[in-house]
Amino acid sequence: MLVRFFLGLREAGVPASVTEFLSLLRALEARVASLSAQEFYWLGRMALVKDESHFDRYDRVFAEHFAGAERAFAALMADVPPDWLKSLAERLFTEEERRKVESLGGWDKLLETLRERLREQKERHEGGNKWIGTNGTSPFGSGGYNPEGVRIGSQGQRQRRAVKVWEAREYRNLDDRRELGTRNLKMALRRLRRFAREGAADQLDLDGTIDATARNAGWLDLKLVPERRNAVKVLLLLDIGGSMDDHVRACEELFSAARSEFKHLKTFYFHNCVYESLWQDNRRRHSARTSTLELLRTFNPDWRVVMVGDATMSPHEIVQPGGSVEHWNDEPGTAWMQRLTAHFPRLAWLNPEPEERWEWTPSVGMLRELVGGRMFPLTLEGLDRATTSLRRAGAGSPGGRPPGNGPMGGDPSGPFSPSPTRPSAGR
Amino acid sequence: MTDRFGGTDRYIATPDLEMAVNASVTLGRPLLIKGEPGTGKTQLALEVARSLDRPIFEWHVKSTSKAQHGLYEYDAVSRLRDSQLGEARVADIRNYIVRGKLWEAFASEVQPVLLIDEIDKADIEFPNDLLRELDRMEFYVHETRELVQARHRPVIIITSNNEKELPDAFLRRCFFHYIRFPDADTMQRIVEVHHPGLKRELLAEALGAFYRVRETPGLKKKPSTSELLDWIKLLLAEDIPPEALRSDDPKKSIPPLYGALIKNEQDVHLFEQLVFLSRRTR
Repeated sequence: MLVRFFLGLREAGVPASVTEFLSLLRALEARVASLSAQEFYWLGRMALVKDESHFDRYDRVFAEHFAGAERAFAALMADVPPDWLKSLAERLFTEEERRKVESLGGWDKLLETLRERLREQKERHEGGNKWIGTNGTSPFGSGGYNPEGVRIGSQGQRQRRAVKVWEAREYRNLDDRRELGTRNLKMALRRLRRFAREGAADQLDLDGTIDATARNAGWLDLKLVPERRNAVKVLLLLDIGGSMDDHVRACEELFSAARSEFKHLKTFYFHNCVYESLWQDNRRRHSARTSTLELLRTFNPDWRVVMVGDATMSPHEIVQPGGSVEHWNDEPGTAWMQRLTAHFPRLAWLNPEPEERWEWTPSVGMLRELVGGRMFPLTLEGLDRATTSLRRAGAGSPGGRPPGNGPMGGDPSGPFSPSPTRPSAGR
Repeated sequence: MTDRFGGTDRYIATPDLEMAVNASVTLGRPLLIKGEPGTGKTQLALEVARSLDRPIFEWHVKSTSKAQHGLYEYDAVSRLRDSQLGEARVADIRNYIVRGKLWEAFASEVQPVLLIDEIDKADIEFPNDLLRELDRMEFYVHETRELVQARHRPVIIITSNNEKELPDAFLRRCFFHYIRFPDADTMQRIVEVHHPGLKRELLAEALGAFYRVRETPGLKKKPSTSELLDWIKLLLAEDIPPEALRSDDPKKSIPPLYGALIKNEQDVHLFEQLVFLSRRTR
């Protein structure tokens, strides 16, 4: 029974070894724990699990093995009735029908109508062309077709152009353990290395000592220098959720490689575009956020910024105040992107979408312009180009304080159009 | 001298922590302790030594620490200098071997407690260099060709703040315990241990205010147990009445002497801003 429990743990991804299992058995032999389940639970966790982020996995396996078939997974489901928004069939639209779909006109109108409809509607809805639900031609809901649609709760490959996501998604932190295929990425990242002597002087400087001793007429005079370390600092900003779900694997590989390669690596997450705050932990993304201004204050322009995202979104989300799919943002994404590029002269955007497809999505072009053309595909070759660009000092606009450090600072100046133009989408 | 640790009159240990300590004492394995700063990780080792009545050796790790520092150091420089000065003690190399904390613990007459504090501060290879020493409890002194073995396997308590990841081979040799942030009940017991006879009302109000500050979103460094204890000490010294801590709206009032709870300038700023905002919108 214990062996099965042990194997179950390994299957669930707890990296417990045979040595640890044997030491658990020895602890049981030594009667460290009495015969209660609670104490066995503690003892097993202490001996087998060495990372608090794996406690959850341990709990799951423990529950499965010792409390019958009660599965902890059920708790992971959202409170929203899952079938409410689950699409049963993918309805096919003809070209004619598509043309018939009309935009309701204007962004504000769209939101307002949605608010109204949400209030009116109480039950699950499918098909049709007014109510929010799945597979319809109403601008609200998901799985349907309307070029200016608002997406509400959906899984899988659909039109990725929805404007608002009103769904309780399970965001998980990226797993950095993936080793497969990361070696090549590491080799590419290695090019960013920049060695410098920093910190306490604790290594013998042989040449310096010989020189100083000779000057001292043979009287020993030791000279010490600090150790050589990789001094490059990397700030990794990752787009997560939504359309990035298709690229999770590529991002995990990059993240895993970067983590082992850089001593100074900080990671933040954002959704689609950078706004006034970012977060470091996806499990606490709503409670523990870092304001972007603080990020600009904390990290000096020495840091190299690597942004990873598919830049695929509705143009509203970039240029419009309040365009974010998740919250109300007072300032448009462009302002925040301009502050970032102004503060960090060394910045690159990695896009997991193949380069050929970039021109099909208008938002990619807009962000590419915002980062000064420094957008590269997330491939080995693209990474090479990105690292080359990051090595060059101040490839973009010269460093310095971001314009308008206050939250309501004036229009950031830069090589971009000063006032973002309203999109003429679907008029 | 007892063999079981069960908390002390100054330290409240949760049952799972007690068991972790006892298991590592019984099996002679190092115990790795992680947890938020200020939850009493370092204090644990001192209290274990006190309650089991064992001598304690503390090895505080710094970013420049090398594993060798804990074993011994060969002071070649002073030997060279002595030789230039023609001292007699130069002949015996043992005069220049300086014992480290680990050696001292190994040489102890009774089973000692060894604290390796903040192991994650050191270089990433540091734990790997201690594998054999922690496993077999012995090491070899090359200069004197002498094998140092522990007379009694010390109780080793290692703390980490999670600044660096520790290598798997090292983790496999340790037991692991994560000190959770205490819930309100445990916290009440902890405060009572430190400030016996505290008025019940004041304690309840202080704990309430403390957890409200902790829940402030976006704090860089949340106040922890040690900050709470300091704050209560201040409240007592200033003789603040419990009513001053009470508030109907959690966001409305700043607790008195909050400087003891919030240590970071940005956090103080954020906190004041929140209070200001909620006052304005009222």
